[in-house]
Amino acid sequence: MHYQTDRKRAVGKGSAHSGAEHHWFMIVSSVALACMIPTWIYIFGNALGSGYEASLATMSRPFPAILTALVLIVGMLHFNKGGRVMIEDYTQGTTRKLLIMAYTGFSYVMIACGLFALVKIAL
Amino acid sequence: MAEAKRIERPLSPFMFVQYYRLQLTAVTSVMIRITGNAMMAAVFFLIVWLLALASGPEAFETVEWWLTSFIFDLFWFFMLWAVWYHYLGGLRHLIFDAGKGLEIETAEKLGWICVYGSVVLTVLTVIVIWL
Repeated sequence: MHYQTDRKRAVGKGSAHSGAEHHWFMIVSSVALACMIPTWIYIFGNALGSGYEASLATMSRPFPAILTALVLIVGMLHFNKGGRVMIEDYTQGTTRKLLIMAYTGFSYVMIACGLFALVKIAL
Repeated sequence: MAEAKRIERPLSPFMFVQYYRLQLTAVTSVMIRITGNAMMAAVFFLIVWLLALASGPEAFETVEWWLTSFIFDLFWFFMLWAVWYHYLGGLRHLIFDAGKGLEIETAEKLGWICVYGSVVLTVLTVIVIWL
């Protein structure tokens, strides 16, 4: 006699071996990006091509710097997890593993480089 | 025990290239993946721009010259479209996830909104930023 509910027995037995956290992360990050991206495009679009002094002035102000950092972090994690779903749909085995590693590596390198530059500009 | 018992299973939708006629909803959905990946080129050059800005006027001038050249203007224009397409496509999937808009007619209408809406938003953005 097992005192387990049907749900308890089913958890972790699906092909993903886990719950809906991955999908939920995509929903949360997509809503966050949807709120941030229009303003960020406006800021970056105006900064690009405005010359060294003006670009530096823009990116050292708190709002553009923090927004750029947030867009970069949330955007790259969204890319990493979204890309992973795509990789898992189209590839298998070693190719899949290597692609997931490459996507993850690219995501975090972009975040690290971007944050380093933003901090250096701000200080 | 574990005899292979053939069960007739439905075909995976990923066979659509061979067995399915391409549908608007499928094409507009896969374009979200393509634009999502393509945007990483923009992220890369954004990081190049930021690092150049952090390292001083000389490096920045070279990088800015490249990033505002004609070829890069085309590049940014395409990237802007990719962002807006991904944006609208993502909103469409949020609507789908909420269990709404799944009737074929509505779903196809939403697909066309992504296609035309992204072009309109791209042109609007260019006008707002350049004027």
